[in-house]
Amino acid sequence: MQLQPMAAERLSQTAPPTDAAIAIDDVTLRFVTPDGHMMTAIRDFTMTVARGEFACVVGPTGCGKSTTLNLVTGLLRPTTGNVRVMGNPVTDISRDIGFVFQADALFPWRSVIDNVAAGPLYRGTPKAQAYERARDWIGRVGLGRFEKHYPHQLSGGMRKRVALAQTFINQPKILLMDEPFSALDMQTRTAMQDELLDLWSEQKSSVVFVTHDLEEAVALADKVYVLTAGPGTVKSVYRIDLPRPRVMADIRYDPKFIEIAKVIWNDLREEVQLGQNRSLQTGH
Amino acid sequence: MNAMSSAEQAVARAASIVTAEARAKARLRRRYALVIGLRLAILVIFLGLWELGADYNIIDPFFFASPSGIWQQIWSWITEGTSQGPLWLQIYVTLEETFLGFVIGAVGGIAAGIVLGRNRLLADVFSIYIKIANSVPRVVLGSVFIIALGLGMASKVALAVVMVFFVVFANAFQGVREADRAMIANAQILGASPFQITRTVIIPSAMSWILASLHVSFGFALVGAVVGEFLGAKQGMGLLISTAQGAFNANGVFAAMIILAVMALVVEFIITRFEDYVVKWRPAPFNEQGT
Repeated sequence: MQLQPMAAERLSQTAPPTDAAIAIDDVTLRFVTPDGHMMTAIRDFTMTVARGEFACVVGPTGCGKSTTLNLVTGLLRPTTGNVRVMGNPVTDISRDIGFVFQADALFPWRSVIDNVAAGPLYRGTPKAQAYERARDWIGRVGLGRFEKHYPHQLSGGMRKRVALAQTFINQPKILLMDEPFSALDMQTRTAMQDELLDLWSEQKSSVVFVTHDLEEAVALADKVYVLTAGPGTVKSVYRIDLPRPRVMADIRYDPKFIEIAKVIWNDLREEVQLGQNRSLQTGH
Repeated sequence: MNAMSSAEQAVARAASIVTAEARAKARLRRRYALVIGLRLAILVIFLGLWELGADYNIIDPFFFASPSGIWQQIWSWITEGTSQGPLWLQIYVTLEETFLGFVIGAVGGIAAGIVLGRNRLLADVFSIYIKIANSVPRVVLGSVFIIALGLGMASKVALAVVMVFFVVFANAFQGVREADRAMIANAQILGASPFQITRTVIIPSAMSWILASLHVSFGFALVGAVVGEFLGAKQGMGLLISTAQGAFNANGVFAAMIILAVMALVVEFIITRFEDYVVKWRPAPFNEQGT
């Protein structure tokens, strides 16, 4: 058995190049809570995602993982530092962005096809064309027989497939995912990860995938960002040189994968403990 | 030998399932019949005791009416008409006032609920006035409306409107406020404009709240119309009650009350059917076709 310790290459952080898909440059985000306290969500945060790159963000609970995604969408503005998407500063919600939520964000009063067609319809695509594309995407995620079903008639995994189709139909250049598969059972999650990698490799979008599951991060990503316990900042960045295409069901038994996961876990562990101790003290 | 016995077992099992299902169905039917039978029995006993009591003067029929007297009153209204014109006209007038008040109040309440629910500043500014207006006993407004709008239909409609408005408003407002954050963010990122968000996310998710309030508020509209007529009118069920009361005609008051109850039940039935049609997707509410 030949181990390749260099598979998890630790990268040094530099100022992001201007042509990156996503460039978060030295961003700090503070906000005032309703009871008047100043909270720092993230500080001195730098992150670069190249075009077509798959980046995962892992870190202990409450370290500001989701905050980074909201900075990219423009739903949150940095207090200091700046955020660029496809070379342009973020001013409004960009049409290039797709977002898959942790919670079920499908519209329960719309059938599968109406849900998937929502994006193009919102963006002014003619109805016939929008539905034609929606039908195509529903087929691609394997739900052809369920066009007319409503979300509550589907299983959790099927609803996630609808959510993926709903997001991918807009052909986002940038795909943000906030623990999208955390509510699924193990087998369904593995299947959805494969599905996601297939769609991603076809679409060549740049992905930021937030997860608390290190193995999921290593299995999916080109690059893993480890955050410190809140207020979050980047602790270290690892390049994952596992060959693609990857098969999710098998990769976790790959010795190289195990080696990489161990290296990063050693790094992450102390932050997790710190985060847990802190949440035990503050009760959050 | 072995195969035979397992085939026989399968047949026996299927047969026992069939008989068990039949038995369960029969049990359900018997229970349903029992409930209906008990309901009828209670009605018959209640009316019978009332009638007997009135016959033997244990219950004074002058003050408390009697089932036969009430029935005769209804029958004479149907066949000979009331002192203020035919019965159907009274029902029609009251229903028209109720419907107008209901529709205006509901539309206004929904619109105000959505506007204030979507706009924090307006909500904070107006919440105090709405609280004040809501705490005024609304039936008292009936007198104001009669003075201002006269004895005609307008004053009854106005009273029904204020009865309906606040209930529907409160529910629409709450429904808008409870719209799921993730769902709104999802629509926003998919490319929806604020108006599209209101139309395709906010309103559908508030719909189950709004429909619930429509149920209750139709009854309020009816109360508004009848009380308005009671306070001063030329036509309507409320006037019929007030006339009967003035003549110490207890049978007349009860008869009008029963007619009103029947009207309310019929409309309630229609609203329920409408609601079932619109909200096919409980617990996930509202079926909206395309956009």
